[in-house]
Amino acid sequence: MQLKRIVFFILASAFALLWLIPLIWLIVTTFTEPSYYMSIIPKTPFSLQNIIYILSAAPFGRYYANTIMIVAGIFCVQCITVTLAAFALSVMNFRFEKLVFFLIFVQIIIPNDVLIMPNYSTISSLGLIDTKLAIMIPFYCSAFGILLLRQSFKTIPIALSDASKIDGCNLMQTIWKVYVPCAKPAYVSFGLVSISYHWNNYLWPVIVTNSVNNRPLTVGLAIFAKSKEAVMQWSNVCAATFIIIFPLLTAFLFFQKQFINSFVSSGIK
Amino acid sequence: MAVFSVYSFPKKDQLVKNRALTSQQTKKRKQSWKRDGIACLLLAPSLIFLTMFTLIPIVKSFYLSLMDLQLGMKKPVFIGLDNYTYLFSDPLFWKVMGNTVLFSLLTVIPSMVLGLALALLLNMRHKLTGLFRVSFFSPVVMPMIAVASIWMFIYMPDAGLLDQLLKSFGLPGQIFLQRSDTVLPALSVVYNWKEAGFLMIFFLSGLQNISTEMYEAARIDGARKFTIFWKLTFPLLMPTTIFVSTIALTDSFKLVDHIAMMTEGMPNNSSTTLLYFIYQNGFTYFNQGIASTLTVILLIIMLIAASLQFFTADSRIHYN
Repeated sequence: MQLKRIVFFILASAFALLWLIPLIWLIVTTFTEPSYYMSIIPKTPFSLQNIIYILSAAPFGRYYANTIMIVAGIFCVQCITVTLAAFALSVMNFRFEKLVFFLIFVQIIIPNDVLIMPNYSTISSLGLIDTKLAIMIPFYCSAFGILLLRQSFKTIPIALSDASKIDGCNLMQTIWKVYVPCAKPAYVSFGLVSISYHWNNYLWPVIVTNSVNNRPLTVGLAIFAKSKEAVMQWSNVCAATFIIIFPLLTAFLFFQKQFINSFVSSGIK
Repeated sequence: MAVFSVYSFPKKDQLVKNRALTSQQTKKRKQSWKRDGIACLLLAPSLIFLTMFTLIPIVKSFYLSLMDLQLGMKKPVFIGLDNYTYLFSDPLFWKVMGNTVLFSLLTVIPSMVLGLALALLLNMRHKLTGLFRVSFFSPVVMPMIAVASIWMFIYMPDAGLLDQLLKSFGLPGQIFLQRSDTVLPALSVVYNWKEAGFLMIFFLSGLQNISTEMYEAARIDGARKFTIFWKLTFPLLMPTTIFVSTIALTDSFKLVDHIAMMTEGMPNNSSTTLLYFIYQNGFTYFNQGIASTLTVILLIIMLIAASLQFFTADSRIHYN
């Protein structure tokens, strides 16, 4: 028994090391002076010059602001569309319910990533190429969000909404004051998944943007890594990579349980 | 009541009752129309975006796959199935399909096995479980583009981390990303490094749902650890495994960021997979007709992958 625990421990440590080495190397390289050979043990003195250099060599400040605006813009609109749809699908027994569910499952089976070609032509016929709206608009409806919130709304007793009606709430007030507060954990889960997905998304933004004013961080990093300013110097690219992964990674370290539970719920089908 | 009324004329109070009933029914019907209307209003915002960016695009892909539409053409020209026959006779298309299948083989099963192994390791509680969990899961919250930029340098010839490691063992340095026979395995390592932690959490929650009583019963019956795993844990995890396999399969088709960052399909199209091929045709060669045809092929593959889960969902699952 004891032996088995030790074997498990050694195996787990070995895997953990395998998973951590790239990250450790990234952080070490970001915060030390450039060296010719890569090493995970710092051999050159500590320095912030890599981060200072990339902030001056490429408009990462602008990219940061863009990413935050895009991620927040998508999540705000999603919250509205998803709440209304989830309410209709969980509380009201209406005709065509099956049809609506079918449409929702279509989006679960066929993710937007696959439809880049037709979506691009829709965006370009709307005249939205190279706008932040072009990055956001295909994601305004989230089938995953609807299903997740519907699950949570279903657990709220009808008596609560009846009571709010007797107190004189109209439909919108009932949704806003009874259902939304009761489903807070579901909103947190949905928020974490939505924010991480759109913070990390690359393919769609690279297709519909072509100017600094609209590019998110991921596109900025890809362009910087291949540009002359990076001069194939990994300490610079590492610094750029670091500032992109830093916010989500830190949030994950502080809220591990919420992150993991949210991502588990992201698999619902 | 209704049957009776055919043969005998109903009494007066019954008539009144019937009328009351019908007026109640019409009221109910009116209410149901009102309810349907409100439901439609509530669903409208979601359905509009769903229609614009999922349904119409699917139909449009089918439509444009029958058209010739290239750079400089104002209107699509109907050419029937010519796009399909062109692709099916193009060796490059078959190379891309081969790459896609190979990449899926190199990612779906390995990432699932790794995910399950990591979940089993985490399920044994230790002082360091927290650290292990953080290290396995952190790639999941990182963008693929960032993961790819780290691994690009790890694979770098001579100065890269991997070559340094090989040299320290006295082995010659290798070129991984620039050789057509090693590029897909090298990319799949990067992919599995990122994906395994994601699949792990599903296995972990599956493992934690298995009741400890079952294990105790098996232990009392004298079953060995290995037997317990194969005869108890594994069958009970079957629903999770099937479910995870769909996620793994779908993800292996829809993630191409690492290809865009590390190889751009090089060398000689050996690392081009289907979605990246769509991207190249649509946005590098500006051939919308061919890109739509490829989209249709990918859509069909995705549908088959989803229906596989649908059909296997009932059989071979052991419920608790």
